[in-house]
Amino acid sequence: MSDLIRLTAVEQAGLLATREISSVELTKAHLDRIAEIDGDLGAFLHVSANALTVADEVDAARANGVELHPLAGVPIAVKDVLATTDMPATAGSKILEGWISPYDATPVARLRAARMVLLGKTNMDEFAMGSSTEHSAFGITRNSWDRTRIPGGSGGGSAAAVGAFEAPVALGSDTGGSIRQPAALTGTVGMKPTYGGVSRYGAIALASSLDQVGPVSRTVLDSALVHDIIGGHDHHDSTSIPEAWPSFADAARRGARGESLKGLRVGVIKELDTDGIQAGVLARFHETIRVLADEGAEIVEVSTPNFEYAVAAYYLILTAEASSNLAKFDSVRFGLRVTPSGSPTVEDVMSATREAGFGDEAKRRIILGTYALSAGYYDAYYGSAQKVRTHIQRDFAAAFANADVLVSPTAPTTAWELGAKLADPLAMWLSDITTIPVNMAGIPGMSIPIGLADEDNLPVGLQIMAPAREDARLYEVGAAIEALLDAKRGAPFSTLTPNYVGGGK
Amino acid sequence: MAKDALVDFDEALTRYEPVIGLEVHVELSTKTKMFSSAPNVFGAEPNTAVTPVCLGLPGSLPVVNETAVRYSISLGLALGCGIAESSRFARKNYFYPDLAKNYQISQYDEPIAFDGSLEIELDNGDIVTIPIERAHMEEDAGKLTHVGGATGRIQGAEYSLVDYNRAGVPLVEIVTRPIFGTEERAGEVARAYVSTIRDIVRGLGISEAKMERGNLRCDANVSLRPRGDEKLGTRTETKNVNSLRSIERAIRYEIQRQAALLDKGVAIVQETRHWHEDTGTTSPGRPKSDADDYRYFPEPDLLPIRPSRELIDELRAALPEPPAAERRRLKADWGFSDVDFQSVVNAGLLVEVRETVEAGSSPAAARKWWLGELSRIANDQNLDASSLVTSAQVAELQAAVDAGTINDKLAREALAGLIAGEGSVAEIIAARGLAVVSDDGALIAAIDIALASQPDVLGKIRDGKVEAAGAIIGAVMKAMGGKADAARVRELVIERANA
Repeated sequence: MSDLIRLTAVEQAGLLATREISSVELTKAHLDRIAEIDGDLGAFLHVSANALTVADEVDAARANGVELHPLAGVPIAVKDVLATTDMPATAGSKILEGWISPYDATPVARLRAARMVLLGKTNMDEFAMGSSTEHSAFGITRNSWDRTRIPGGSGGGSAAAVGAFEAPVALGSDTGGSIRQPAALTGTVGMKPTYGGVSRYGAIALASSLDQVGPVSRTVLDSALVHDIIGGHDHHDSTSIPEAWPSFADAARRGARGESLKGLRVGVIKELDTDGIQAGVLARFHETIRVLADEGAEIVEVSTPNFEYAVAAYYLILTAEASSNLAKFDSVRFGLRVTPSGSPTVEDVMSATREAGFGDEAKRRIILGTYALSAGYYDAYYGSAQKVRTHIQRDFAAAFANADVLVSPTAPTTAWELGAKLADPLAMWLSDITTIPVNMAGIPGMSIPIGLADEDNLPVGLQIMAPAREDARLYEVGAAIEALLDAKRGAPFSTLTPNYVGGGK
Repeated sequence: MAKDALVDFDEALTRYEPVIGLEVHVELSTKTKMFSSAPNVFGAEPNTAVTPVCLGLPGSLPVVNETAVRYSISLGLALGCGIAESSRFARKNYFYPDLAKNYQISQYDEPIAFDGSLEIELDNGDIVTIPIERAHMEEDAGKLTHVGGATGRIQGAEYSLVDYNRAGVPLVEIVTRPIFGTEERAGEVARAYVSTIRDIVRGLGISEAKMERGNLRCDANVSLRPRGDEKLGTRTETKNVNSLRSIERAIRYEIQRQAALLDKGVAIVQETRHWHEDTGTTSPGRPKSDADDYRYFPEPDLLPIRPSRELIDELRAALPEPPAAERRRLKADWGFSDVDFQSVVNAGLLVEVRETVEAGSSPAAARKWWLGELSRIANDQNLDASSLVTSAQVAELQAAVDAGTINDKLAREALAGLIAGEGSVAEIIAARGLAVVSDDGALIAAIDIALASQPDVLGKIRDGKVEAAGAIIGAVMKAMGGKADAARVRELVIERANA
């Protein structure tokens, strides 16, 4: 394995800037890594055929003295939920198998404008519905820490790719934890921006009022740099926030210099600090809190009584919106078409296509959402769920009155065995209890690795939350904690990653 | 199709009171569509005026057209509506191949305009006030063409083609409250209402408002209740009513049909019915209850619309004169008698006559064209006169008459050319060889021959019996194939006779 791929995106960018390495060399190192392990790991659904061409163009531009973005020529992986003109976008579903978009999603277009090198598209649960990536129509993704375990989901592909050094950074999407939970389970950094912080244009919608695109990386600074590229207002997305954002990279650099933790009011959410959390996860969490206190942070306990209803309300809002968002997959304009024999009507074709094209989890959620929106049930289900949403927002507002950031374990457990929760959808849904409230409130949330659980030696994530539009605060605090833990450890967290042993592709 | 039993209209009204309700869809003439940057054009190659948004491609998102919002507010104000401080879009979910996303973005529980009223004028000058419940914004669907069947309907078709050019065209739907007390004038009230809406949207310049193109569409709800009953009867909703004339006919038909069923004790089915222009009948579409559950919920991809007070005030100040005031002014300006003016209004041609006058014709000439030749042709073809030619074309035609290039008879021929789309008036005159003979030499030659062949007439003219000249003028016009200015011929006949 080339040492290049173990470097952070910032370090790789540094070598490109000084022309010690070329983007072609760097891209090839990552493509080699993918060829070496991805046949077993299964992080990628599609590897770009023109990554090296793009890398070559960046090298030529650099040689010609063209002014380039700091991350120009650095490779990146993209979750298959984002529309791309040069690669398929399937959202992990058979119904979109082979579909190539005529337009680029805005975050993708911005990566291209910064001349980052797109390596390929990563695996995910079908339409981002799942917490293990096992609901992908195109096979499982393994966890680079233990190939018998899931990488989390729905963005297991992006997290596994970054965790296994197939890419330094990646894009994910987070509706109820799909960036943060896989980050926690693979020992990577994942950021769900404030709702409206990154354009959703071209992100195949699951639940429009909850979805948000964000970065995955091995360090906080790398996520900040990618966020700086993809974020900001987009006139194609009415829900994108028009105001300008501060530099997240500056915030991360400020945090890494120290001092940021002194006097910082850190709120520990009582309801997410319970026996329901795996012992090893809780131990690392409490240990981190103590480290923060030692650094001069003020630890306060906050209560969010309405989180109790968050998962139930989330699965009503999500399924309702998803049932409508997924209605367009009907075979008329794009995607799979299944034509039954005889002389079928258009309804017969739509029905047969959706029957064959959607997996069980997608069907389950479409049926639930259709029911929740039905006449006579709307107020009891969708209406009540929206009220819960308001209460969760109030809980957060009250908590932030006493704390600058809130913290919790990112996920209740470490990565579980492949197949362990497949037969029990409810258990799978409950695994997102820690991340869901953040989406319900539209606030930013970040997961950073804080250590390994004693019982299984698997990564544990810390979730940090800030008020809406305070994404920069998360980068500053996240980078500060990361620097502190790296100093104690004497090495970056990613150096703990075991060698991945698996078949080639 | 089985023929419906009908009760005589007047007889039906002796037993039942008709209650009508009207839903008018107005297509806004914005440059781009309601939620995308695709051009809002009519008649382009199928599926060329589209973006990923109109096609509902994965990942695409709607963005509200600001001009459409302004137009909608103006229309709401012109209808006397309140404008909502905050209104929002919802998704109306149903599967149909002309609906790219399989949901329509429409306003549901929070329309942009609400609680209005509109005064309309009937043929005899009576004023009726129509209560308006709401006016809301929504997007149009695409267009299906069913191929291979005998009827062009989906039943029996081999396959269907979808054109998404119309998908996402901005619409405002104006919904009245139930209209009571229209009695035998139910159809006339509906026609006058739609005609007034048409005048208003044209006056505002927010829609082409051509019914035959579907820019303006009317769905007519009709129910009957037995005399003396409080409770409203079950209503039907008749769609596909594409001209002012058919609105009136469709409502009369539904009253007669429903009365026949009620007389027999048969319950009215709440359903959508289709109007058939050719047979003048309605036929059942799908039963309403079948697909009633649209699973409406707030559109999460869009923010609420919150127009500023300043914008609303600005648009209110810019509203054109209300139709009633405009009519009083035009009648005075044009010097028309009550009867002459009312006939223009009743024909639904006020806008056309006004536009023609504005384009340079005399009011009398404009009225003569629209109420004469154009109305006659429109009646023959079961169309609205306004669908035949534009006001500008009529003015151009009259200008050619005023200039003496063509006479009235030739102008009617040129009009036929305009209707057939043969080009401009000048092009048609040239192509059809319609210009009058303006060469006096040719006219004099013909006059001399006519005078020589009718010496008795010549004598009468010389004796001062000028009216006798008619026979000579007739002969000359015949000799010139009608292409002569009769007034000039008359002058020359008298001149030559006395030479």
